[in-house]
Amino acid sequence: MALSLKQRSVLPGFGLTMGFTLLYLSLIVLIPLSATFLKTAAMSWSQFWNTVTEPRALASYRLSFGASLIGAAINMVFGMLAAWVLVRYSFPGKRVVDAMVDLPFALPTAVAGITLTAVFARNGWIGSYLEPRGIKVAFTPLGVVVALTFIGLPFVVRTVQPVLQDLDAEIEEAAASLGASRWQTVTRVILPALLPALLTGFALAFARAVGEYGSVIFISGNMPMRTEITPLLIVTKLEQYDYAAATAIGVVMLVMSFALLFIINLLQWWSRRRYA
Amino acid sequence: MAGTVALSVAATSITRTRATTEPALVRWTLIGVVLVFLGLFLAVPLAAVFSEALGKGVAAYFAAFREPDALAAIRLTLLTAAIAVPVNLLFGVAAAWAIAKFEFVGKNLLITLIDLPFSVSPVVSGLIYVLLFGLQGWLGPWLAEHDIKIIFAVPGIVLATIFVTFPFVARELIPLMQAQGTEEEEAARVLGAGGWQTFWRITLPNIKWGLLYGVILCNARAMGEFGAVSVVSGHVRGLTNTVPLHVEILYNEYNSTAAFAVASLLAMLALVTLAAKSIVEWKSQRQMAAGKRTAAEGKVR
Amino acid sequence: MPLKRLICFLTIGALIAGPAFPALAKEITLLNVSYDPTRELYQEFNAAFAKHWLAKTGEKVTIRQSHGGSSKQARAVIDGLEADVVTLALAYDIDAIAEKAKLIPRNWQARLPHSSAPYTSTIAFLVRKGNPKGIKDWDDLVKPGVSVITPNPKTSGSARWNYLGAWGYALLKSGRDEAKARGFVTQLYKNVPVLDSGARGATTTFVERGIGDVLINWENEILLGGKELGNDKFAIVVPPTSILAEPTVSLVDKVVDKRGTRAVAQAYLKYLYSPEGQEIAAKHYYRPVDRKTAAKYAAQFPKVKLFTLGEIVGDWQKINKVHFADGGMFDQIYQPGR
Repeated sequence: MALSLKQRSVLPGFGLTMGFTLLYLSLIVLIPLSATFLKTAAMSWSQFWNTVTEPRALASYRLSFGASLIGAAINMVFGMLAAWVLVRYSFPGKRVVDAMVDLPFALPTAVAGITLTAVFARNGWIGSYLEPRGIKVAFTPLGVVVALTFIGLPFVVRTVQPVLQDLDAEIEEAAASLGASRWQTVTRVILPALLPALLTGFALAFARAVGEYGSVIFISGNMPMRTEITPLLIVTKLEQYDYAAATAIGVVMLVMSFALLFIINLLQWWSRRRYA
Repeated sequence: MAGTVALSVAATSITRTRATTEPALVRWTLIGVVLVFLGLFLAVPLAAVFSEALGKGVAAYFAAFREPDALAAIRLTLLTAAIAVPVNLLFGVAAAWAIAKFEFVGKNLLITLIDLPFSVSPVVSGLIYVLLFGLQGWLGPWLAEHDIKIIFAVPGIVLATIFVTFPFVARELIPLMQAQGTEEEEAARVLGAGGWQTFWRITLPNIKWGLLYGVILCNARAMGEFGAVSVVSGHVRGLTNTVPLHVEILYNEYNSTAAFAVASLLAMLALVTLAAKSIVEWKSQRQMAAGKRTAAEGKVR
Repeated sequence: MPLKRLICFLTIGALIAGPAFPALAKEITLLNVSYDPTRELYQEFNAAFAKHWLAKTGEKVTIRQSHGGSSKQARAVIDGLEADVVTLALAYDIDAIAEKAKLIPRNWQARLPHSSAPYTSTIAFLVRKGNPKGIKDWDDLVKPGVSVITPNPKTSGSARWNYLGAWGYALLKSGRDEAKARGFVTQLYKNVPVLDSGARGATTTFVERGIGDVLINWENEILLGGKELGNDKFAIVVPPTSILAEPTVSLVDKVVDKRGTRAVAQAYLKYLYSPEGQEIAAKHYYRPVDRKTAAKYAAQFPKVKLFTLGEIVGDWQKINKVHFADGGMFDQIYQPGR
């Protein structure tokens, strides 16, 4: 179907790469994921609705999606800056800083959670400065934001970096020689070029944060209605051997994230068309 | 360290002129902001890991790696990454080629589907394989009859790892290749280059940074993944424990020193990143220098 | 192109590594799927049993261990983890294996002495040095200003014992007044600032983060932890009455029959009840069921009036439905407007 709807191109390999992509995507992602939908289908509609709309679940969606959006937004701003600084400027120790960016992926999530809690608890390195000033991080929703910012950090940096490295200096020079100020060049020329990558990084950081479990449960405190994240709710269902309810909540998360990702991807597509 | 820093200074400052960079004040402010942010979110946790790991001295730190269970876990993690990363690399390049170089209907849907594994909670991504291959699952009874073990064995761990690291390379390459457009490849084709030739000679050098970051991220996540693997591993000591699971076991045994020591091993993957980047940088510089030389000497093109 | 070579290399590497899954050598192996705090216990016990079995039959047996949260482990067995024996924190979790996967007959608990509980424990408190809040009994936990650390009963097996200890204490004290017991546990959980997902996390919160005045946990964990965490910073308080926690063990019939390990697995569980097995359990701060061993280690375990689950709520099915299921008693504590 996709083949007939594709525009003509002189480049080869569409059939091969598309075929492989679809096959692999189906085998690894789509077929296994459909298992959750089928498992959920074992419930009646009212059972499903009651499970996914109980007050605790609603509170957890608010926390999970809210904290993930905040975390991803923080990462978008600082990740963009970090990528910029790492590509454009030079300063002592740059390579070390650059290499450290992947740390949040390599560190097992539980270790990340334990470590962040240790650092931000009231007797921790940072927490002991913050708590006397009335800022509580560990065991509050703020702690969840901190953990989700940490685990999503590499995404924006690493998606923006290659695009920035690839960006031609000539365009900037041209803009400058046509009389644009540096600020204009950055906002009118560079940022639009980076926007798709930025949005990708944001989408990925967000998506990753929504599902995160391992690091959050240590720092959140897991208080029902207050600091309980949705993946924890899934685990509590599993602990009761209630696979159907667990997958039901999983499906809700999946559909919501899918919708958000789809919107972000559309935005990205639109921004590319506009600035192309 | 001073040497490498000086090198990178030389490498990046060549093309920058006053018109295309910021005043020193802005530059250093930005550097400062980034360093504070990364310091808070990266350096401090990293230091905390190492301070915990070295809490009982260097001897205790290294003792954590000599344990046979730790070695078995390291072996399993390396094996898992050695399978998951190349497979996802292959997929990532194919998907990025199809998506970035061609226009077709449903592209955004396809991209979003590729993103999907990120948004699936690790808890659920382990669960889906249990629902498929578990004894109570769809294929479970048949597998049990034929004595094929998928979950609670190495294949399940590999599958779960492939799932969670599925989008990395593809997502890293798609925006990059889209930004680059198709002109160079089309030109090569018009000039008579074959499909593979175009890919190896034109596309690959152009996307090397994205490819490298994709592989690095994919590898880091493959080695560090805990949630999904924990669901399908069965936690059998010395047999189906990966490094992150081994860390959890040590921690649960009140052996935090060893737990953080083993975890610090994963943190040292950053060194791999450092090495890989340096190699690619060095190679491309050499190529560029060689290209300039030949161009100057004979005007080949 | 060096990248080309690299990719080729990686692909070939994957193809070679692919089929090289670790092959098992031919020898008798048992898999014991257990819960979290039994690691040290089974490490020692497995070595002792292997020696015993070698001496008795001349066969070499290797016992593999898997540890994790009790119901997570039960789920793994239900979904196909081939455990020869399960040694879990709650009989409810073994019930689930019998019920959902039919790997074990329903009457499994009657097959071994003492309702298949070869060792028991109870729930005790860990307080800060000098016991500044003067915590002696369950009543002290509900006082205003006392901060209590206990994990989430929804995700932790040991936390269910903690909860049931509090419930049982209040129920028996009030002459079986359920409303009072309910008020008591509600008050208690109002004093809990952090609900960790597991017992280990709760211990870290209490010990390393310095949060809370009292930690509720297994007696064996507290006695063991007391040694490892340093007795200079904490003190152990065992309340005068507490719950008899019975971790249970069972053979997984379908698995041992398939693998042909029934005899050795049975002997393994029986050995837990032998004087040697009981001795090892006691050494790891589990209360032995054997009278003689119990007498020998009497000094190690504070005298506690223990009530059983049966006395306070009945069987696990009922307990789970009333207390821990969604919308159950525990959830109601956190319902808004209460």
